[in-house]
Amino acid sequence: MINVLLITFLITLFFVAIANRLLTYIKVLAFQGVLLFTAVFIQLNEINTVNLILILMETIIFKSLAVPLFLAYIIKHNKISREAEPYLPNFISLIIVTMICVVSILLVNSIKDQELDKIFFVVALSALFTGLYFIISRRKIITHVMGYLIIENGIFVLSLALGSEMTLLVNIGIILDIFVSVLVLGIFTNRIGDTFEAMSVDNLSNLKD
Amino acid sequence: MFGYYLITILLLGTGSLINRNKQIRILLLLLFLSTQTAVAFYGFIHLNTSELDGNFYYDPLGVLFLFVLTILSYTTIFHSYLYLQNRKDSSRNQSIYFAALIILIAAMTCVYLAATIGIMWVVIEATTLSVAVLIYHERTHLTLEATWKYVFICSIGITFAFVGIVFLSKALQEANSVNLSFSDIPGHLQNVNTFWLKLAFIFLVVGFSTKMGLFPMQTIAVDAHTVAPPPISAFISTTLMNVGFIAIFRTYSIMSHTSILPWMNQILLWCGFLSIFVSAVYIIKVNHLKRMFAYSSLEHMGLAAIGLASGGIGYFAAILHMVLHSFVKASIFYQIDQIHRVFKTYIISKTGGYFSKNLAGALVMLLVFVSITAIPPSGMFVSELLIFLSLFESQHLIFFVLILILLTMIMWALGKNIFSMLFLPSDEPAGNVVKINPWESSTQFFLLAAAIYLGLNPPAVFVQLINDSIMLLPK
Repeated sequence: MINVLLITFLITLFFVAIANRLLTYIKVLAFQGVLLFTAVFIQLNEINTVNLILILMETIIFKSLAVPLFLAYIIKHNKISREAEPYLPNFISLIIVTMICVVSILLVNSIKDQELDKIFFVVALSALFTGLYFIISRRKIITHVMGYLIIENGIFVLSLALGSEMTLLVNIGIILDIFVSVLVLGIFTNRIGDTFEAMSVDNLSNLKD
Repeated sequence: MFGYYLITILLLGTGSLINRNKQIRILLLLLFLSTQTAVAFYGFIHLNTSELDGNFYYDPLGVLFLFVLTILSYTTIFHSYLYLQNRKDSSRNQSIYFAALIILIAAMTCVYLAATIGIMWVVIEATTLSVAVLIYHERTHLTLEATWKYVFICSIGITFAFVGIVFLSKALQEANSVNLSFSDIPGHLQNVNTFWLKLAFIFLVVGFSTKMGLFPMQTIAVDAHTVAPPPISAFISTTLMNVGFIAIFRTYSIMSHTSILPWMNQILLWCGFLSIFVSAVYIIKVNHLKRMFAYSSLEHMGLAAIGLASGGIGYFAAILHMVLHSFVKASIFYQIDQIHRVFKTYIISKTGGYFSKNLAGALVMLLVFVSITAIPPSGMFVSELLIFLSLFESQHLIFFVLILILLTMIMWALGKNIFSMLFLPSDEPAGNVVKINPWESSTQFFLLAAAIYLGLNPPAVFVQLINDSIMLLPK
């Protein structure tokens, strides 16, 4: 069951690679939140209740409700056009994401560790590098934030593989930090939208020597 | 005690955020400074004890950096006050500025004293968020751009550090340990798979290098320096870089008794060397005063990383170098605020004749040149000498020669720019420039003198603190 969830997660990455509209990105992010929620439910049956509630809150309330709604609000508020405007055509994006996936599989297979849950690592590394690729290859600032969120999701999968042995305080801190950083990034996206005509990274290249 | 400190800070931070009255603001800042001083002295008296269920720990290195932070808090708040008065900022903006500054100082205190790597990770992200508010203070297009880049890349960097922590806990799981505290980790890392340790180290160093301003993530710190208010640049360049240094130092020291030590040294050596290389390449053509000193910070962080990588006396030298660099670099950025008030620009080629316009400030700049390029009697001469000694002893002769050449280039570039600003005749007559009160430079003279004193004649307690912090590292 957990394998099905993780593979679905991997497929969502391919889906984002060929998605054209920003709304699709947001929907995929929300869907990933639901997937992670289910994965937590199956995987972590031994941790204490408070920790479980926190993680569930992070996945369901935060990842699949609050952030997507907030992103949708930013898009509406700044009248961002609905196209994702990648630098590269979708077909090449798809090939690159596939390459990332293949490389992750090869990399993880080279680890000589019997107890390792390989599928977690493949999915986590793919999400990490795909997120980075989205940040590099998209022109809009809002898609950068989305790439960051995909990286966050990948890391969530990674910590899931280890049973998430963090203490309560650290867990609260992590949730707060991620929440606040998304909020701050969102606020600055709004500012950039108010300050410049188009919300494109091309406007952010004045600081140089 | 530390719990009370955090509660007090939260109250003071909220207080300065909602307060609009000038007298109350000064009162709140004085209260904050006394709280900060109290926690520093409390930590010094209760060295090697833990607080809040073992989540915070007064270890020697943390307390040493806490003292540096406390001293610089006084000067930074003083210069921030002058800066805001001269800009005639609205009361609301001043409130936001000081509230963010208080939170930033408290977050850095927490980083220095954090006892587990998880807590440290959380509070490092808190420093990013609070400093972002301060970088954005001038609210121009450029500050917006720099803040965006800073928050975004720091967030990604800190995410990378989290991956490192995950790998570290994977390694610890093999040793059946779930305790992530710095005192407990080294004992469990003896027989674990080094593959996980190497991965953890790489991710942690790359992640924390966003804070230390070290290669490979140096660019955002440089951009942030350029646009931040000068007193905040002083913080980004000193105490915030100490945050990155302490994070990398702790990562290094928990893994230093495993078999990957030589490999870690190689990584740090290359990071340090490339930092100095990048710094030398950019500093030659730079024409912006703050960017120039930002690249100079990059160079000094590279030197500290090299000191750490060479081992032996290099550990001592790296920490000494960080402390002295903090004092010198802070005084530079306070002085840059005055320079900006006189010339109304940061572009070096538009300045000149600073001696005739602001004598005290010009003397500071002259001393700064001597201090920052480590010419005797600068205190940094001692630390750099020790770093080179350890580099020589660890048989890295090619690096030794190359770094010396690069440092000479940096020295030439700094000298060219500083002296042209000080002595070159300027078109503007000296009569109609802004008069700067010479007393404003007194803090800078004090910090520069402190750097010389600590370098040439370190007090026994200071040496003891550094020696205690490196006690656990291999000889």
